[in-house]
Amino acid sequence: MTRYIARRLLQAIPLLFLVSLLLFVMLQNMGDPLATMGGRTMTRSEDRARLTRQLGLDKPIVVQYLYWLIGNDWAKIDLDGDGIAETPGIRKGVLRGDFGYSLVNREPAMEVIMERLPNTLLLMLSAEVVIIFGSLLIGIYAALRQYSFIDNLITTLSFIGYSMPIFFVALGLMYIFAVNFKAWGLPYLPTVGMFDPRVGKTFWQVVWHMILPIITIAITSFAANSRYVRSTMLEAMSQDYIRTAKSKGVPRRSIIFIHALKNASLPIITVIGLDLPFLLGGAVVTERIFAWPGMGRLFIDHVSRADTPVVMGILMLIAIAVITFQIITDIVYAWLDPRIRYN
Amino acid sequence: MAKRTLPDPKPAPQEIQRVSTPDELETPVLSLSQLAWRRFRRHKMAVAGIVVLVLLVTYCILGTMFVSEDYANHTDTSLRLQPPTAEHPFGTDTTGRDIFARTIYGGQISLLIGLTAMIVEIFVGVVIGALTGYFGGWLDSLLMRMTEVVLIVPQIFLLLVMAKFFGGAVPNINILGREFSGSVIVIILIIGLTAWPYTARIVRAQFLSIKENEFILAARATGAGTWDIIFRHILPNSIAPIVVAATLGIANAITLEAYISFLGLGVRPPTATWGNMLEGAYNYIDQGIYWLWLFPGLLILLIVLSINFVGDGLRDALDPRSRAV
Repeated sequence: MTRYIARRLLQAIPLLFLVSLLLFVMLQNMGDPLATMGGRTMTRSEDRARLTRQLGLDKPIVVQYLYWLIGNDWAKIDLDGDGIAETPGIRKGVLRGDFGYSLVNREPAMEVIMERLPNTLLLMLSAEVVIIFGSLLIGIYAALRQYSFIDNLITTLSFIGYSMPIFFVALGLMYIFAVNFKAWGLPYLPTVGMFDPRVGKTFWQVVWHMILPIITIAITSFAANSRYVRSTMLEAMSQDYIRTAKSKGVPRRSIIFIHALKNASLPIITVIGLDLPFLLGGAVVTERIFAWPGMGRLFIDHVSRADTPVVMGILMLIAIAVITFQIITDIVYAWLDPRIRYN
Repeated sequence: MAKRTLPDPKPAPQEIQRVSTPDELETPVLSLSQLAWRRFRRHKMAVAGIVVLVLLVTYCILGTMFVSEDYANHTDTSLRLQPPTAEHPFGTDTTGRDIFARTIYGGQISLLIGLTAMIVEIFVGVVIGALTGYFGGWLDSLLMRMTEVVLIVPQIFLLLVMAKFFGGAVPNINILGREFSGSVIVIILIIGLTAWPYTARIVRAQFLSIKENEFILAARATGAGTWDIIFRHILPNSIAPIVVAATLGIANAITLEAYISFLGLGVRPPTATWGNMLEGAYNYIDQGIYWLWLFPGLLILLIVLSINFVGDGLRDALDPRSRAV
């Protein structure tokens, strides 16, 4: 097992390098980072040239990538443009934890990201909990009443939920629960931000503001996940040991939740583990619509301003997270199912 | 956005027993396509999907006879944000354009993007899947690493970066006397070029299993060349999952276009798509303005839903292991 984990980790490293190189080349040509820097317009061409040198944008792309990766404090850079490299570089490079400075607000890119990351994690973890419990409930219910009216209804609804773009769900929910509830004088849900600035960032304020974004993310995930739970539960319920348990007189509740669900939960764990990219993708749109100060919104804001260090930082974090989750999923799977052994 | 496949509804043992009723066991002599059509017809939602799909396409094509594109792109700020009336059945948008007219022309672009992005996706996916599956070896490991690279970053993030990367200065293009924003081409390409790994994996798996069959050995023994074996012997036998992937690929491309356009990096105005009509709609939602997002959103939902149902029906109908008639 240890060898398997070690091998997976070693395989992940070249993959990450490849991903970073590809993204870096694309991002460096994404637009003019100087045009949007700090909201100022650079009119003097000397200023442009100086900044270009300062940011290392005059170097060939391979050198730029190297500087990004391992820093440039071992090299000297030519700041004044006289052709002689005399100023020592100060960047440490990603491998030493330095993602560079945001071109938009001159703060360290990692700090900018880390400021937003907890908000995204809060939203996604809560959404994931809702998704897991919701899809288990829906899936088990549908499996136990196979081909009933409710089961067929759930099937149709999950097709609709699966086909529904996240923004449509979000706008619909907003319109009903925020706009119309307000118009009808009912207690209405907030649509913007994490808390009401007049009240402050209290626990209940955040929970209150999280309800709509969480439901939005959850609805689209319920569909696929509950179908999955349904099919694995159906398979588990038709096993011989379930029949044995029934004939022994084990109460129905413990047959369902202990005998069947425990065995059906294995494939479900895979789905949860591999759900991460979809959740992250959904977070971009959800955060944008609900003005949630998370990483997804940060990403869109900084992509449109060609802020390579921050965008690169977010993308690398995501890539690492996705790979890590894939490995963890495989390990948990093997750990829970004694029939699976990786060699 | 993200491509998530609904789990293949694996029939539980009870389901298999249910379908093999006595009259079904006496199979009449039918060709494969007849068989597929019979099975497809039985999937009621898939048939309904086809009907809705035809209606939507008719809406986008016949609509051009009643409203001109100039009218769809005509702005009149004195008429901005008008609620639906007899004159503007779907209301007007933030610059006073008629939303009804824009859904017609936007639908054409959305459909165009869906179809062409699917073609790009399927072409690249089939070529890479076939090469890796058939030849294996270093080519396989190289190209499979490439698929992993594309798959590791969630598609929407890649798309946003690529939209920004390529979307800078694309001139407008003129096709058949109509002016298109060049960003349409960019969107088609980037969706196609980020979606292919899914197809490539399916095709690769098909090739890996089919190439071990005896008829491939027989073909080789009779002197068929490598390309003959790939394109005339293996590919036609793996067409079923490719057709399903292509169908779902259209729905996926339409959704993805809507996501990028919704986030403001997609197709640029004045060219309308169902996606970019929704851009910024949430800024007006507090004023109770629902028509900005409801109509284009519903159309996207309808087309994606019907395509997904058709795809599901095709998956059942084309499954060679299925014994239902």
